[in-house]
Amino acid sequence: MSSVIKAEGIVKLYAGQRVVDGISLEVSRGECFGLLGPNGAGKTTTLRMLLGLIAPDGGKISMLGHPVPDEAREARIRVGVVPQIDNLDPDFTVSENLIVYGRYFGMKDAEIRARLPELLEFANLAHKKDVKVPTLSGGMKRRLTLARALVNDPDLIFLDEPTTGLDPQARHLIWQRLRELTARGKTLLLTTHFMDEAERLCHRLAVMDNGKIISQGSPRELIANNIEPQVVEVFGETAPAWASAHAAGHSERFEISGESVFCYVNDASDLLHELQQHPELSYVHRPANLEDVFLKLTGREMRE
Amino acid sequence: MSIFSFPKLSLRFFPIWQRNYLVWQKMAGPSILGHLADPVIYMLGLGYGLGGMLPEIGGMSYIAFLSAGTVCYSTMNSASFEALYSGFARMQEQRTWEAILNTPVTLDDVVLSEVAWSASKSLLSGIAVLMVIWMLGLSHSLLSLWVIPLSLLVGLCFAALGLIVTALAPGYEFFMYYFTLVITPMTLLCGVFFPIEQLPPMLQNASAFLPLTHAVNLARPLLNGAVPKHIAADIAVLLAYALAGFYVSLAIFRKRLAQ
Repeated sequence: MSSVIKAEGIVKLYAGQRVVDGISLEVSRGECFGLLGPNGAGKTTTLRMLLGLIAPDGGKISMLGHPVPDEAREARIRVGVVPQIDNLDPDFTVSENLIVYGRYFGMKDAEIRARLPELLEFANLAHKKDVKVPTLSGGMKRRLTLARALVNDPDLIFLDEPTTGLDPQARHLIWQRLRELTARGKTLLLTTHFMDEAERLCHRLAVMDNGKIISQGSPRELIANNIEPQVVEVFGETAPAWASAHAAGHSERFEISGESVFCYVNDASDLLHELQQHPELSYVHRPANLEDVFLKLTGREMRE
Repeated sequence: MSIFSFPKLSLRFFPIWQRNYLVWQKMAGPSILGHLADPVIYMLGLGYGLGGMLPEIGGMSYIAFLSAGTVCYSTMNSASFEALYSGFARMQEQRTWEAILNTPVTLDDVVLSEVAWSASKSLLSGIAVLMVIWMLGLSHSLLSLWVIPLSLLVGLCFAALGLIVTALAPGYEFFMYYFTLVITPMTLLCGVFFPIEQLPPMLQNASAFLPLTHAVNLARPLLNGAVPKHIAADIAVLLAYALAGFYVSLAIFRKRLAQ
């Protein structure tokens, strides 16, 4: 069986609330699987259960052939984790962080040192190997955290919001590295709320909300199954008034959000013709993307 | 798995001990100076200052009497500070535990490493004070070498007790309660600065239940070249506190980290 993670109906209760409410998912070898969802959807709790750090209140998990949490320790020998919040050792240099972390996997110092050049190269940190962590930039710290997650040459890597807080250059470098990992046959499970990240990296995605998976599939499938293929965004002070009067007649579905109107259409020609009659409105015509799916499935209201 | 399941211990705690040692190495200078300076100041200040006005206690000078108390007090403090402040930093502030728990190391191993590391700091502190005692000529007996393993035992005991407080602490401020309500009274009730016999009978009885009393019971004769009277009982009390503290703190950590 090529399934690296298999979860069936897992449930987690906190204070009587079903934070994770019957999730099932399966991740195959070499796949990059994304968990999407607004804050509080249960993504991190799901990851912690899959890793065997907290016990589920229901359901079954297996990771790399081991039942979790019973044999989580054995499974984690072959797993790397990039946590959401930086937890590098601030007292140590870049190299020391990698060496100390490798020891937790039972690796010998010589074995870890032999891997250092490759890890430092991968993280673009060879020139910083003797520098202490607090002097690194945010992007460097993330790359070091990624290198640290690879110290034991894992088969499966968990990444909890790997690029949150990074500038575009740093994000692109991380993406490139993650694609290299899947190319090498590693399995990735990542959470994110950047739709462009999910669209670029993930072979398959699950959208979570309120502890449940509400849609699952490849990025293309999610778009095709959940939403009209084209979107016209209309902007301007008079856009909401225009939409209330005319949008319904020219689009399958529309949403008003402040001074913007999102019109979802199978064919945009009729709507575009209508908009040309209203020079006071500006608009953008584009294909539907994951963010549209996400907002449709989880709503536009703020969650916090 | 219940939070009260029997601890599953493994040698995987050792790489964490190594990690803490590597951190300590980087500031070993100030650390060792602190371990040495504190007892020297106490023993010289109180020992000579106060001791000059006092008669001999049980056939020894006040400073010699105080030296045994200082060993126990210093080792208690070393383990307590490490288990509370540094332990809390590793658990909460620096998220070191979180990083470690993502590896094949379990929480049981992590808590064991905290006890072992804090006790190591006590061992270091015990050796430092013993060297001061020798240099001041306050002990001439080879029996005083037994103070070294005793320091480790006192360290295990107070590390484990301190970890209960760390496990319960919402923040660093919380530790003031422990130091003010537990450690300071313990120092005064356990024969560190004056013989327990000076206390009213009720407090003397209470003192018998406190671990530091049993540490002092062992250290004082050893430094004075005598074999302690109730070795087994004193060791048993310290060990019991260490084991109970470890078990209780582990249960609370399990509950805390399951959130």
